[in-house]
Amino acid sequence: MKKSTMVQDNAFRYVVSVGALLMIGITFAIGAFLLWRGSATFTQYGHSVMEFLFSTAWAPADDTVGGGKVGAGIFIIGSLISCGLALLISTPFSIGAALFMTEISPRLGKTLLQPTVEIFVGIPSVVYGWLGLTILVPWIKEVFNLQFGFSVLAAAIVLAVMIFPTITSIAADAIQSVPKSFRQAGYGLGATRWQVIYQIVLPSAKSGIMTGIVLGLARAFGEALAVAMVIGKTKALPDSLLAPTTNLTSAIASDMGGAMEGSEYNMALWTMALLLFIISALCIVTIHALGKKESIHD
Amino acid sequence: MTSIDRANFVNRIATIVFYIVAGCFFLLLACMTGYSLYNGFGGGNLRLLSPEGIGAQLFNTIYLVVLALLISMPIGILAGIYMAMYAKPGNFTKFIRISIETLSSLPSIVIGLFGYLVFILLTGAKWNLFAGALTVSILMLPVLTTITEDALRSLPDSYAKASYGLGATKFQTIRNVLLPACIPQIITGIILAAGRAFGEAAALLYTAGMATDINWASTNLASPTNPWNPFRPGETLALQIWASRTEALHADASAMADLSAAVLMVLICTFTIVARYLSRRWQNRMMGR
Amino acid sequence: MSIFNIQDLHLFYGQTEALKGINMDIEKNEITAFIGPSGCGKSTLLKTLNRMNDLEENVRITGNVIFDGKNAYTEMNLIALRYRVGMVFQQPNPFPKSVYDNIAYGPRLQGITSSSELDEIVETSLKQAAIWDEVKDRLKKSALGLSGGQQQRLCIARTLATKPDVILMDEPTSALDPISTYKIEELTMELKENYTIVIVTHNLQQASRIADKTAFFFLGDLIEYNDTEELFTRPAVQKTEEYITGRFG
Repeated sequence: MKKSTMVQDNAFRYVVSVGALLMIGITFAIGAFLLWRGSATFTQYGHSVMEFLFSTAWAPADDTVGGGKVGAGIFIIGSLISCGLALLISTPFSIGAALFMTEISPRLGKTLLQPTVEIFVGIPSVVYGWLGLTILVPWIKEVFNLQFGFSVLAAAIVLAVMIFPTITSIAADAIQSVPKSFRQAGYGLGATRWQVIYQIVLPSAKSGIMTGIVLGLARAFGEALAVAMVIGKTKALPDSLLAPTTNLTSAIASDMGGAMEGSEYNMALWTMALLLFIISALCIVTIHALGKKESIHD
Repeated sequence: MTSIDRANFVNRIATIVFYIVAGCFFLLLACMTGYSLYNGFGGGNLRLLSPEGIGAQLFNTIYLVVLALLISMPIGILAGIYMAMYAKPGNFTKFIRISIETLSSLPSIVIGLFGYLVFILLTGAKWNLFAGALTVSILMLPVLTTITEDALRSLPDSYAKASYGLGATKFQTIRNVLLPACIPQIITGIILAAGRAFGEAAALLYTAGMATDINWASTNLASPTNPWNPFRPGETLALQIWASRTEALHADASAMADLSAAVLMVLICTFTIVARYLSRRWQNRMMGR
Repeated sequence: MSIFNIQDLHLFYGQTEALKGINMDIEKNEITAFIGPSGCGKSTLLKTLNRMNDLEENVRITGNVIFDGKNAYTEMNLIALRYRVGMVFQQPNPFPKSVYDNIAYGPRLQGITSSSELDEIVETSLKQAAIWDEVKDRLKKSALGLSGGQQQRLCIARTLATKPDVILMDEPTSALDPISTYKIEELTMELKENYTIVIVTHNLQQASRIADKTAFFFLGDLIEYNDTEELFTRPAVQKTEEYITGRFG
């Protein structure tokens, strides 16, 4: 028995542990750095959290003296409306596509729809943005007879297309894992396919589908460039779905480069990034809560 | 109408609706791909596929993705092996798992800002490809970890048992039996992760930079215009599309963006299809078919 | 001459006592069969012989397993023990590698790299396991393409290639058809000339056909251990008789 074999075995254990520790390290580093930078708005420049979240007066000073206004309400509302609308558009279609893949025609689903979904996932977000900018925006301008096509609606449609593959694939997994016996029981009692889907399959797969929706929401909330290209980046609350506005990620993407390093403006943008971090962490917590609820039911 | 008739009628309508939904998505993809290919490659745009056009951006994109893979692959795969083979159930493992999930759900713009802060501001460097590669590798890490873990977990227990039974250590078992057995899944995952990195822009805005100036004849690796110098600014295809929207300085900016979008589209479709094909083929060969 | 001495062996899964003080010797170059109803501890005992139970969580062992004069748990390296005590599992479990690489796996672990030496080991092991003729033309193809019975003989060959002293077999034919089962039984009888074989089986006919000695277990106790013929024709304990006549199990 060679000793070196055992030494090797132990060394490898340490090496993989380092790999795992790095994952924790990086996540924490991101959280810590964002907290350090993002809290400067409140600590260094003395604004209140309430002002940041709920005021719509946005005029941060681009210097280290401060004294401006950092109400990010417009950005937050812009993000909420565009994402909410995107979910409303995308969810029914996504669940429909997931049901098609699993219940209606698994054969077509596997050969046609599944690869389609995979390609949709892979398409870069700037390409979505670019197509939105060159097709969707002019189209909206034309149809609704507007001065510009940039609008909440355009942003919501682009986001809806982007989150469709996320929701679809997770919902399809959830539906697939509903036991066959449930369906057989339904058919055995004389239910039609639609009745089985509506009364048995969908309720059983509910929490998995919710997980997909939450992940879709997280993706929509964090999407930056595609939205920035079509939302108009107008710092005003939209008075209709056809009006332009702006959101958190657009502001970070377009203004971070211009703001002076360390200035109140700069720090307010970091606070927005911190807010995004917190929201995506909340989404993860929500998903875990959904999973837990299900395991109690079982 | 009896209730049975009504049920059958509703059922038929529902089926039709499902077919329409599925058809719409397929059509949507076909139209989007068709439009961007037509727009991108048509109208003499192909002349821009040159070193003066988007050649430099294409080179930067590939170079950056390769660098990012070199950084993230070892860490991601090792962490995946830890999660599948060494992690004991308990709070520590739960903690790692939540870290990985959080990391994978972070918006890429947030990771981009982190990269900007750590790799640019704190090091005092200018925008450079290497910082971009580091940032993108953070995006790829959770994907690679999860893929490796899932691949190892999907193997039957019997492989490990047989190997231990022959007197192999854990390391020998992982290296000689388990990893080779799940190479197809891991490679498929790497291809998909690389595809995602090809189109990444938000994470690179403030790390890799939005400028590129390459002197193809340069032989001095330290020169800021040498194509192989990783410490030079390097605009990628995706960034170029974004830039042409906001700061259209170049006369051909819009045509270049069209072409970049088409190239990205082709790359993504190829990557996805190749990944599918390879994983199926390897699976078959392994099963002795 | 005995190769294993098992002394007052207790094994606990958490709070459950799965082996309740086993004492037995296993003879060299013989086939010893472990029989008994499911959950009687026969497979558990088999696994203690090459410490496969080390892989499971929450297992606690007291007592001794002496292999070839040394305590297998305290005086021997785990890896060294497994080189000398090989195992064949219930489900055939070839690696997803070529036939050749499956057989060469063990020798390579032991540091053999010369290809001529490996070629020779592969050929002898496959011949010993009576599968050479069936696979000699497809050594480089995946072992997963073989039939279940062929896979199991391949797994036996893979174990032989490490040149063990003992081969443990955990219900090796329970997943196979009658013809494959017959082939493996024949093979086992041939192998006992050079190896000690311990086989767990739920098939009483199988035990009576091939084993020299048979041990009957019930609820974690060794009830009776004797020459196979003796045990099947004149069981000393009533429980044994009830089991072999099919009154329970």
